[in-house]
Amino acid sequence: MMEITEIEKQSALDKIKKGERLDGRGLKDFRDIKIDVGVAKKAEGSAQVELGESKVIAGVKFGMGEPFPDTPDEGMLMVNAELGPMASPNFESGPPGKNATEIARVVDRGIRECEALPLKDLCVEEGERVWKVMVDIHVLDHDGNLLDASALAGVKALLEAKMPGFEDSKVLRDEEHEFKMEKVPVTCTVAKIEDKYVIDPDIIEEKVVDSMVTVTWTEDELCSLQKRGNGGLTKNELLEMFELAREKTEELRQTTL
Amino acid sequence: MGKNKDMDLLKNGKRIDGRGKEDLRELEAKAGILKRADGSGYFRMGNTEAVAAVFGPRELHPKHKQKPQRGILQCRYNLAPFSVDDRKRPGPSRRGKEIGKVAEGALSSAVFLEEFPTATIDVYMEVISADAGTRCVALNAGSIALADAGIPMKGLISSCAAGKIEDTPVLDLKGEEDMNGQVDLPIAMNAETGEITLLQMDGMTDIEEMDEMMDLAIKGCKKVAEKQKEALMETF
Repeated sequence: MMEITEIEKQSALDKIKKGERLDGRGLKDFRDIKIDVGVAKKAEGSAQVELGESKVIAGVKFGMGEPFPDTPDEGMLMVNAELGPMASPNFESGPPGKNATEIARVVDRGIRECEALPLKDLCVEEGERVWKVMVDIHVLDHDGNLLDASALAGVKALLEAKMPGFEDSKVLRDEEHEFKMEKVPVTCTVAKIEDKYVIDPDIIEEKVVDSMVTVTWTEDELCSLQKRGNGGLTKNELLEMFELAREKTEELRQTTL
Repeated sequence: MGKNKDMDLLKNGKRIDGRGKEDLRELEAKAGILKRADGSGYFRMGNTEAVAAVFGPRELHPKHKQKPQRGILQCRYNLAPFSVDDRKRPGPSRRGKEIGKVAEGALSSAVFLEEFPTATIDVYMEVISADAGTRCVALNAGSIALADAGIPMKGLISSCAAGKIEDTPVLDLKGEEDMNGQVDLPIAMNAETGEITLLQMDGMTDIEEMDEMMDLAIKGCKKVAEKQKEALMETF
């Protein structure tokens, strides 16, 4: 087990109270972000995001499947996340737990709710055959704020993705067709520590977070929210956090996508 | 959110079940309904109903999950297979896991967990019938169960959703409104302190509308809190 010590937590808290951070960042600064695309050669789109020392890889695969009965003329989006044992001594093998499930579902909602994917165009034969867009997120190294890193990797991989062809019931993976997102959702988590708002908490800071809100914005609309952590927030704090997330997602959009 | 444009969800200010925009469905609450559990509760909002049981504080296993300074609160949220239109396959679902996690976030802040180092308080919530708002109803039952178990709390957690149908903010969506509406915003709050302890949202909106919908949901939570208190008073 890797435990963050009480001393580390206390020093992170002391710094934040003074408006500073252990690694010298401002409270509202992201760590350095590095993005590589096309890292998984077999995937139809992929991206590796390094957010400080957190490292996440996302791959997009297209497949053919039967549509859901209530949306017979729409393609399907599936998002899955794995917190594999290589990323942290505290992660175990096995089916996704609560944290991995939350990451997958929050990333999924961000993409789904703003109708980012042209799902109608992904219908091949109504009620029979539609494209499935499968986004798999693998966390390789955990140094905090995995949700923002995962959302960024997922969206970047989708932006890079090219569709395979389809003919005579076969998926033709050597063909590349255009796949265009209709909207680009960007996700940012705002944490509240003591009375300060903090962006991109690292693994030590995450241990002293009371509450945080993960916010997804398109260019002009708010499309998903998830309050996380065991504390409470007032309505006015929440509204301020949504607004701060808006500024930061705009900044991410300009610098990373 | 769904987008069935043909459905009339709002006609002359009335909703499909005759409610106005700011009306909750009919509420019903009970405490102490199970014998074996340390505490239990029942809550119903219209056709959505849930039962909750609390066990603990008790020793937490596996031991490496124990916290030396404080206890932890664990939640299980489950939809009964017969609670929905098409039978739900029993067993854990991704949705259930996520709701379990946010429910822990919602309830933990209301409990004096620092009084129970190394222990766990387990809250088991079963949805018996689902007609939207299941996480809210489950939390309302769970909070009654915690109080019924005599666990020291800073206040009851009360939960209710607001949403947007036909471009209009409304309180407490029922099934058809949830399926065909534009925004779903479940909230849980500590009605004593006013702190919001659960908030999720999906749909397309902006900050101004969020402000309005949160106000609605907060009003709803306060009414839910009254009902929860009544049920608890009856058991004493």
